[in-house]
Amino acid sequence: MKINKLLVGLLTSVTLVVGSAQAADLSIVSGDTGNGLAFLRSQLDKFEADTGHTVTVVPMPSSTSDQFGQYRLWLAAGNTDIDVYQTDVIWAPQLADQFLDLTEAAAGVVGDHFPSIIESQTVDGKLVALPAFTDAPALYYRKDLLEKYGKTVPTTWAEMEATAKEIMDAERAAGNPEMWGFVFQGNAYEGLTCDALEWVMSNGGGQIVEADGTISINNEQAAAAIDRAASWIGTISPEGNLAYQEEESRGVWQLGNAVFHRNWPYAYSLGNGDDSAVKGLFDVAPLPKGDGPDARSAATLGGWNVAVSKYSPDPEAAIELALFLSSTEVQKERAINQSNLPTIVSLYDDADVAAAQPIIPSWKDIFLNAVPRPSAPTKVKYNEVSSLFWSAVHNTLSGNGTAAENLELLEADLTDLKGGEAW
Amino acid sequence: MTTDTLAPPVTVTVPKIKSELMQQRVRAARWFLLPMLLALAVVAGWPLLRSIYFSFTDASLTDLYGAEWIGFGNYLRWTTLESGVTRYRGLLVDPAWWNAVWNTLRFAATSVFFEAILGMIVALVLNAEFRGRSIVRAAILIPWAIPTIVSAKMWSWMLNDQFGILNDLGLRLGLLSQKVAWTATAETAMQAVLIVDIWKTTPFMALLILAGLQMVPRDIYEAADLDGVHPVKQFFRITLPLVRPALMVAIIFRLLDALRIFDLIYVLTPNSTATKTMSVLARENLFDFDKFAYGSAMSTLLFLIIAVLTMLYIWLGKVRFDGGDR
Amino acid sequence: MGATIDLWKITKTVLFYALVVFIVVVSVFPFYYAILTSFKSGTDIFRITYWPVSFSFENYQAVFSQGSFPRNLLNSIFVASVTVILALFLAVTAAFALSRVRFRGRGFLLMVILAVSMFPQIAVLAGLFELVRAVRIGDWQMYNTPWALIFSYTIFTLPFTVWVLTTFMRDLPVEIEEAAIVDGASPWIIITRVFMPLMWPALVTTGLLAFIGAWNEFLFALTFTSSNDTRTVPVAIALLSGGSQYEIPWGIIMAASVIVTVPLVILVLIFQRKIVSGLTAGGVKG
Repeated sequence: MKINKLLVGLLTSVTLVVGSAQAADLSIVSGDTGNGLAFLRSQLDKFEADTGHTVTVVPMPSSTSDQFGQYRLWLAAGNTDIDVYQTDVIWAPQLADQFLDLTEAAAGVVGDHFPSIIESQTVDGKLVALPAFTDAPALYYRKDLLEKYGKTVPTTWAEMEATAKEIMDAERAAGNPEMWGFVFQGNAYEGLTCDALEWVMSNGGGQIVEADGTISINNEQAAAAIDRAASWIGTISPEGNLAYQEEESRGVWQLGNAVFHRNWPYAYSLGNGDDSAVKGLFDVAPLPKGDGPDARSAATLGGWNVAVSKYSPDPEAAIELALFLSSTEVQKERAINQSNLPTIVSLYDDADVAAAQPIIPSWKDIFLNAVPRPSAPTKVKYNEVSSLFWSAVHNTLSGNGTAAENLELLEADLTDLKGGEAW
Repeated sequence: MTTDTLAPPVTVTVPKIKSELMQQRVRAARWFLLPMLLALAVVAGWPLLRSIYFSFTDASLTDLYGAEWIGFGNYLRWTTLESGVTRYRGLLVDPAWWNAVWNTLRFAATSVFFEAILGMIVALVLNAEFRGRSIVRAAILIPWAIPTIVSAKMWSWMLNDQFGILNDLGLRLGLLSQKVAWTATAETAMQAVLIVDIWKTTPFMALLILAGLQMVPRDIYEAADLDGVHPVKQFFRITLPLVRPALMVAIIFRLLDALRIFDLIYVLTPNSTATKTMSVLARENLFDFDKFAYGSAMSTLLFLIIAVLTMLYIWLGKVRFDGGDR
Repeated sequence: MGATIDLWKITKTVLFYALVVFIVVVSVFPFYYAILTSFKSGTDIFRITYWPVSFSFENYQAVFSQGSFPRNLLNSIFVASVTVILALFLAVTAAFALSRVRFRGRGFLLMVILAVSMFPQIAVLAGLFELVRAVRIGDWQMYNTPWALIFSYTIFTLPFTVWVLTTFMRDLPVEIEEAAIVDGASPWIIITRVFMPLMWPALVTTGLLAFIGAWNEFLFALTFTSSNDTRTVPVAIALLSGGSQYEIPWGIIMAASVIVTVPLVILVLIFQRKIVSGLTAGGVKG
C-alpha cells in the first residue's frame, strides 16, 4: 500500500519534472450507478497515477432527463466547475455548441471504434464526444417454454406474436393466470421511441427522420408496424404495459410471467441472479423483423460517451481524461467488469472478454443491426421530435386513433417544428 | 351569550395622547419589515424578473446571453400567407398549453376541495382529548414528511398493475374486479395523481387548521355546552368562524402549491397528456426542448393565471388584509 | 332512559375510535409498506406480502455504504434548521408590523409577498443559479455550500411563514398588548414577551411545516450543490442506485426514506406539546 503511494508520488513528480503537462484538478459528472461509479473511480485512480492530475467524480441521479436538464443549465451558465461530462448517445447534437471539438485529439483512435457510433457523435464535422460504451436491446425468450411447446426462436414479429399467444394460452390453462406473451417498454417516454423505432425500422418503415433531414414517418409500413404493436395490448401484453419502463417490464419477466421480453443487456445478468425465477431458463436473440421489402431486424442504439466542456479551465488535461476513458484498455476492463458493450471493434474478438463475458461476442450480431435515433439530423430539436413521436405511438397503443391517423398528424407537427428547409 | 364572544375583537378608540406612540410603532414596523423585504427582493426579485424578461426574447439554453428582444412573439404572433390566410402561432393559441391549464385547474380544485374537508375532519379529531393522541398526531404527519420524490416513487410502485399492492388489496377486498393499470390509461391517471396528492397534503391542511383550533379559547365551548348548543351547531356557529382565517390561509397556500404542482406528476406520469400540468409543460420546454423563451413565457402566464385566481379567491372569500383599526 | 344514553355514548366512542384508526391506517400504510419493502431483497421485492417475511438489513447497510449518507443527513438537518430559524425570525417581526400596526399599503405588501409564491420553482431555477454563482466574498463562494440552499429556500419558506403568522397575530385581542403599551414597552419587547408566548402553536406549526419543506426540497439542492459532501438527503436518495443503468433499487430507496422520515417523526413528538398548548395554557384568560 505504502509502496504504491510512494510510486504514485514518484510518478507524479516525474511527470511534473518532465513537464509534459501541469497537474490539473478535474471534475467529471456521471449519472452512473453504484457499481459503475466504483468502476469509474478505479479507472480514474489509474489515470491519476499515470498523469498526476486529480479527478473528482460528481455523481448525478440516474434519471437521464434529470441529468440532461442539469447539464443544460450548467452549460448555459458557463459553469467552470465541471470539465468532463458523461453524455447519452442522443445528447451530442443538442449540446454540441458547448463541447470542445475532439477531432484532432482523437484522430489516431477514431478508426478503432464502430464507424456508426463515431458518426452519431459527430455534428457538422465536429466530434463532440468520445464513446465509452454502447448498448443495444435484444429479444429475451424463455428457452424452457419454447422447448416445452416445441417452438423455435421467432425471427419475425408475426411468428413472435403467434408463439407468444399459443404458449400464453396454454400456460394459463395449465394454471398460471399471471402469464403474458410479451412485455416491452410502452410508457410515453424516450424508451417508447426506442421500442417503436425498432418496430418501424424492422418493417421497412424508415427511421422517423432520415439522415438528410426528410420526415419519412408517414408511410404504410410504419403505420402497419405500429398498428401491430397496438394489437398486442390486452392480448399478449398486459394493459399496464402502457405504463411500463425498463424496470416494470423486467419485473414481470423476472417473476417468470412472460414468454418474451424486450430489454437492454443489463437484464441479462440480473435475470440470471440467484433469486430470479427465470435463472438459467432464458436466452437472447436479435429482435424479430417485420414483413415487406426492406424488413430487417433492428435494435436501437444506446450507450454513453464522454465530452469535454468548452468552459473547462484546463481543456488539455480534460481531453486527456476523455481519451483515457474511451481507450481500449478502459473499455476492455469495462467489458470484463461491468459487462458493458465495447465500442471498439477488436474487443468483440478478444479472448479475455469472451472468457469473462461469453454473452458479449454474441451481442455483436445484435449490435450490427443497430439503428441510431434521428438525433443527428434533428439537432437541438431532437427531444421535441422524440416526444411528438412517442405521443403519437402511445396514442395508437392506447386506442386513440389508428396509426395512419396519428402518423399523419405527427407528420404535420414535425413539418411545423422543422420550420424551413433545414432543422 | 355565544354571539357576544363571537364578535370580532373590539377595536379600541385610542385617545389622542397615543398618536405619538402610534408613530413610534409605525417607525418600528418599517424597520421590522425591511429585512424580510430585502431578503425577498434579493432571492426572488432577480430570478422572477429574469424569467419574465426571457419570455419576451428568443433565448435558448444553447445561447442564453445572446438572447434578443422579440416582444410578444412567444405569446402570440401571426403571419399572413399570400393566399390571405392568417396563421396564428404562440402560447395563446397552443392547444397543448390550454390542455395543461385545464388539467391544472381541474387538479387544483379537486385536490384542495378534498384536502380542506379531510383536513378539517382530521384536525377536529386531533383536537379532541383521547388516549394516545400524541402518537396519532405524529403518525398523521408521516405522509407530509416523506420527501415527494420518494413518496411519488413509492406510490408508483404501489399502483403498479402487476406487482402493486393496491390492485392486490382491491381484488382481495372485492373492490376491484380486475387489475387496473392506474397510471397507464388517461381515465385513471388523473385519479391516481389526485389520490396521492390528497394523501400527501391533507396533513399540511390538518396541522394548520389544528393550530387555528388550538387558538380558540376553550371557555367558549364550555359556555356553549352549558347553554346546551348542539355540537354540530357549535361547529358551524363557533368553530368554523373562528378557524376561518387559518383555514383561508391554509387554502391559499395549498392552492398556490396545487396550481404549480410539479414533482409528483413529473415522477408519477411525466408524459401523459391527461395529467400534464402547466409546470410540467414549462419544464419540458425550458430544459428538455430547446425552447427556453417559450418555457419562460409559460411560467409568466402561469404566474398571471395564479395571481388572478388568488385575487378572485381573496375577494370572493373576503379574506381580510388589514387587522381592523389598530 | 339511562341505558339508551349509555348505548349512544358507547356507539359514539366506538365510532370515534374507528375514525381514528381509519385515519392512522390510511396515513401510515404506505409508510408501513415502505418499511416492509426495505427489509426485502432481490426478486422478493416484486412479490406482494402484507406481513414481514424476511429481515434483511442489506438495504440499510447499502444506504450507509453508498456515497456519504450520514454527512448528507447532517447537511439536511443544518440547512433545514437554519432556514427555519431565519424564516421565523424575519417572519415574526414582519408579521407584527403587518398585523398590529396600521400603515398604508399593508394589503398591497401582503399581496407582493404572496406573489413570490406564484412563480413555478422550475422557472426561477436559471435566475437563482446565476445569483448563487455570483455571490462570492473574497475566496469564498456560495455555490456548492449549504448557504446556497439556505439562501434559496427563503423563496418558499418566507412568504408562507409571514402570511400564517400575520393571520394568527391579527386575531389576538388588542387587550393583551395594551398593558404593555401603557408600561411603555418597545415593540420588540412586546413581540418577544407578549406575542411569542401566545403564538407557540402557530410558531411551532409553521416552523415544522417550513422545516419539512426545506428538508424535502430536491430541485434547488440538486442544482446548487455539486459534491457528495454538500448534498442533502433527497438528492442523496435520488443518487442511490442499483447495480446497473436501468435498475431501480427499490429496497435501498425505501430504506433511505425510512431513515429520513424517522427524525421528522421524532421532531413532531418532541414539539407536539407546543402544538397543542396555546391560548388555553397561555395567559390570555388571566
